[in-house]
Amino acid sequence: MPTTSLSLTETPLLAGILRRADDALILGHRLSEWCGHAPMLEEDIALANIALDCVGQARSFYAYAAEVAGGGLTEDDFAYRREAGQYRNCLLVEQPNGDFAGTIVRQVLFSAFNDPYYRALTGSRDATLAAIAAKAEKETAYHLRHSGEWLIRLGDGTDESHARARTALDELWPYTGELFEVDAAEAALIEAGTLPDPRSLRAGFDATLDHILSEATLTRPAGGWMQSGGRAGRHSEHLGFILADLQYLQRAHPGATW
Amino acid sequence: MTPADADLARRAHAAAATVCDPEIPVLTIADLGVLRDVTVADGRVEVAITPTYSGCPAMDVIGIEVQTALAQAGIPDARVRLVLSPAWTTDWMTDAGKAKLTAYGIAPPAGKASRRALFGEEQVACPHCGSAATEKVSEFGSTACKALWRCRACREPFDYFKCI
Ligand SMILES: [Zn+2]
Repeated sequence: MPTTSLSLTETPLLAGILRRADDALILGHRLSEWCGHAPMLEEDIALANIALDCVGQARSFYAYAAEVAGGGLTEDDFAYRREAGQYRNCLLVEQPNGDFAGTIVRQVLFSAFNDPYYRALTGSRDATLAAIAAKAEKETAYHLRHSGEWLIRLGDGTDESHARARTALDELWPYTGELFEVDAAEAALIEAGTLPDPRSLRAGFDATLDHILSEATLTRPAGGWMQSGGRAGRHSEHLGFILADLQYLQRAHPGATW
Repeated sequence: MTPADADLARRAHAAAATVCDPEIPVLTIADLGVLRDVTVADGRVEVAITPTYSGCPAMDVIGIEVQTALAQAGIPDARVRLVLSPAWTTDWMTDAGKAKLTAYGIAPPAGKASRRALFGEEQVACPHCGSAATEKVSEFGSTACKALWRCRACREPFDYFKCI
């Protein structure tokens, strides 16, 4: 595998696949940072398991991206040979883990969107995307349930856990708007029946959150100004640090295997 | 398919069906429903397997063990193909597989893998003493496919094979 960064011509389909793949990989990487550091053994195992699901989903999407892009590329080329500006993940998943409440809130916000998104994707006219989603939606249902149950315990727990959960919710809320954005590339794929329209999932997302938050004695932040840019490759500084860690080995020793 | 190919496919399936899951060695990939299909084209065997979870780290090992089992049965050069659709479900686990799981100390998936309620209650019998007085400790256990439970009757912890 050459060390140079990939030079890609992104068709709408390739961009659409990479958005899903990058969401899964970057969130999986973030969650893997908890391995050995979680507040208790059971949670260490749970976060590592969720990370494993995410990386597995990413691999399926990258393998399809490689097939679509052609030219002998592999799933690894997409993970290891793109610059931050070529990553298409939403900003939410690259946000730092913060404290445990921060990680749980990030997971709830992402899963409350991604679980119904994958379920809708099972109806894609693209057979490969539908197959990947049918596999993945069984996993994301558990991610939502697990993180939702934790958020209820944190919100409805002690004054401190409640305060931390509320702070995390306020800090991460501005990253939720991007989940429902549709640009020209996405619109073309929605029109073709390849991808679901995320705007059609908004009401369900709000209802899921309200259900969890009311049990957690928390409230959904008001709309407000929303962050944006990840889908177009404009990332927070955090992604560069993630990629430095994630890509180090392949950048330093191109093609290394063991 | 010619009679010779049909016989080859039957022998290949029998050999592949003996491969055990590396993480739950009491179950074969046939018990689990991971072994999906064995076909023969132009005299070459292709075995289709499906992952239990997207990130299941056992799939590579299972693929190698299938090729090894077939080679030992006199069928070299078999191809292993990973299929995602239809998505694996615990409904495909055989009754024999469920009985083996219980005997091994793992509670088998309870019920059918229909759509789960967001915070649905599950009834899981203790694989050690059979008591229904059990409680979930964590949604995630030692592997992606299992959750961690404990029995309030015999006080033993146990793995529960999640219903998906
Ligand atoms: Zn018991």
